[in-house]
Amino acid sequence: MSKFKGVDYYNFDSLLTEEEILIRNTIREFVDDNILPIIEDYYMRGEFPAQLVPKMAEMGMFGATLPAKYGCAEMNNVAYGLVMQELERGDSGVRSFASVQSSLVMYPIYTFGSEAQKDYWLPKLARAEKIGCFGLTEPDFGSNPGGMITRAEEKSDCYVLNGAKMWITNGTNADVAVVWAKLNEKVHGFLVEKGTKGYSAPEMKGKHSLRASITSELIFEDCEIPKENIFPNTSGLRSPLMCLNQARYGIAWGVIGSAMTSYDTALNYSLSRVQFGKPIAGFQLTQEKLVHMLTEITKMQFMTLQLGRLKDKDESRFQQVSLAKRNNVAQALEIGRIAREILGANGILSEYPIMRHTANLESVKTYEGTHEMHTLIVGEDVTGIAAFE
Amino acid sequence: MKIAVCVNHVPDTEAKVRISSDGKTIDKAGINFILNPYDEIAVEQGLQLKEKFGGEVIVVSLGGDSNKETLRKALAMGADKAVLLKDDSIRDSFAVAAALADALKEINPDVILLGKQSIDYDNSQMVGLVGELLNLPSVSVVVKLEIQDNKIICEREIEGGHEKVESQLPIVLSVQKGLCEPRYPSLKGIMAAKSKPIEEKQIPAVNSKVETISLRMPQSKAAGKIVGTDSTAVKELVRLLHEEAKVI
Ligand SMILES: Cc1cc2nc3c(=O)[nH]c(=O)nc-3n(C[C@H](O)[C@H](O)[C@H](O)COP(=O)(O)OP(=O)(O)OC[C@H]3O[C@@H](n4cnc5c(N)ncnc54)[C@H](O)[C@@H]3O)c2cc1C
Repeated sequence: MSKFKGVDYYNFDSLLTEEEILIRNTIREFVDDNILPIIEDYYMRGEFPAQLVPKMAEMGMFGATLPAKYGCAEMNNVAYGLVMQELERGDSGVRSFASVQSSLVMYPIYTFGSEAQKDYWLPKLARAEKIGCFGLTEPDFGSNPGGMITRAEEKSDCYVLNGAKMWITNGTNADVAVVWAKLNEKVHGFLVEKGTKGYSAPEMKGKHSLRASITSELIFEDCEIPKENIFPNTSGLRSPLMCLNQARYGIAWGVIGSAMTSYDTALNYSLSRVQFGKPIAGFQLTQEKLVHMLTEITKMQFMTLQLGRLKDKDESRFQQVSLAKRNNVAQALEIGRIAREILGANGILSEYPIMRHTANLESVKTYEGTHEMHTLIVGEDVTGIAAFE
Repeated sequence: MKIAVCVNHVPDTEAKVRISSDGKTIDKAGINFILNPYDEIAVEQGLQLKEKFGGEVIVVSLGGDSNKETLRKALAMGADKAVLLKDDSIRDSFAVAAALADALKEINPDVILLGKQSIDYDNSQMVGLVGELLNLPSVSVVVKLEIQDNKIICEREIEGGHEKVESQLPIVLSVQKGLCEPRYPSLKGIMAAKSKPIEEKQIPAVNSKVETISLRMPQSKAAGKIVGTDSTAVKELVRLLHEEAKVI
């Protein structure tokens, strides 16, 4: 198969800087060389390709928007988004790993952490000497994390955590968990290190989606953590939601990559697959599908770029991020399904990336705020009436 | 150690090249240009020499403004500075080598690295021409090298084997695949490249000694033939390969 050259119907690249293009192309090459050749195998076996992590770290993919003094690339949000796009063209699971490490672990340490926490953790996380996870969701509290049961109790020389988190990406392999728990009825963030007594993180099995990603439970049973492991600068539930807002921004970009590869695969296939004496690309119904996919991808690109430019000026609002996450994931999923149709039976095979991407996107549609919750967030924003409180 | 690497800006290996209306040049519209893959190996080798011996890596390219993209990539990989010899006119290998040699004389490097060929015109002449013009030794198609003090030992790829040669610095080398694996520019490297200097130089015109008369596209391949889809077709396939294609 020929190399992926991107999808650019409106000269999107003319709106990018030279560095942004070089960053995108570099990650594209990395994905072609390192992820695509192995990912189907890992996906089918339900295993995370951990050998990619040091390479990704060496290239500076973790915490890439954070300051250089922590060993980070200090690049803008658009460049970060393009990295996510390319990674997710590889696999949503690999992109999820980078999202969690960057937006859900490094970002909160950087934003809410003490100087000592930042100095200790950020360089190690950037180099992936340490891996992190983010524990907010609980078995009984998903869309409504404010109801969380996990509790912290202050003792003279430590905090004691009790409770359980579920659906935590990277949980089992994480060296440090950013855990959100209630202390005197207010949500606080804590750093819990692997190996702490009373802390375990068994892997959840049986997923049909994000199979090349680790998902775990986090269990805290009288887990004592040092006093200095609390984030000093949080402000209740708003703080974990700020982290999610970072990650959702990356997802809005990421799924464009997934949609692009589905479209590209379907386009190439439809040109070579002959039925009734001509390529199926020559049938009107197929063309309608291809044009629909291309249209949605093009719309996503420009909306998400503008969101990134606003974010770089610190002018983006979380509701705008919700709108982009909601739209892009839903469209990418729809594009995956249409692409699968175009490939007919071949569409279900692991020889093509479509089914894997589409199955992955079922998770992406749910995590980081479900499609419905983002509808309600934007709905509240435009009407002034909250539908979920 | 001062290391200079000459880098060319060439059409992507996957680009579908078209000939312009003049019949002598390629139509650049819509073509993606990249750092010549062999030059990318040369940049990597330059960086490895710098990492081992200290010093600096200077990349040099001849061409128009768009060559800055390629220079920027080399800077992102880790080169220290770049020189753009600004001239977008048509030059033959000699006229290119003359411009490079002029600039290199001024830089005065210990090692000059080039790719064994540019994947656009495939002339493979630069290493010899630059060496001659600078009156320096040159070694082509290098797949291994070792430097000790002023002595350099290179392995070259030759038909059916390798040749080991010894020479002195300063030297001009053209590199072949297998010498080393080019690194990806890191995101930090790309950000840092923004503030590294690209010096632009106007250069004198040099008369070409060879002129291109015309370009022609290769003939398109005849359509393949499917003999059958199961084992019963093997006999016929063997017969055709033997009698028609005459390859077995
Ligand atoms: C693979 C994977 C990885 C994950 N990784 C992490 C992680 O790293 N860290 C983490 O903390 N969490 C993680 N999650 C959890 C994820 O964020 C939650 O699954 C998500 O928030 C939804 O919660 P839930 O699954 O409990 O669904 P529920 O909240 O039970 O929702 C079920 C359905 O009801 C709908 N619904 C709920 N409330 C309303 C309402 N008011 N109005 C209309 N509809 C409503 C939802 O939209 C959804 O369709 C992950 C999930 C998956 C699948």
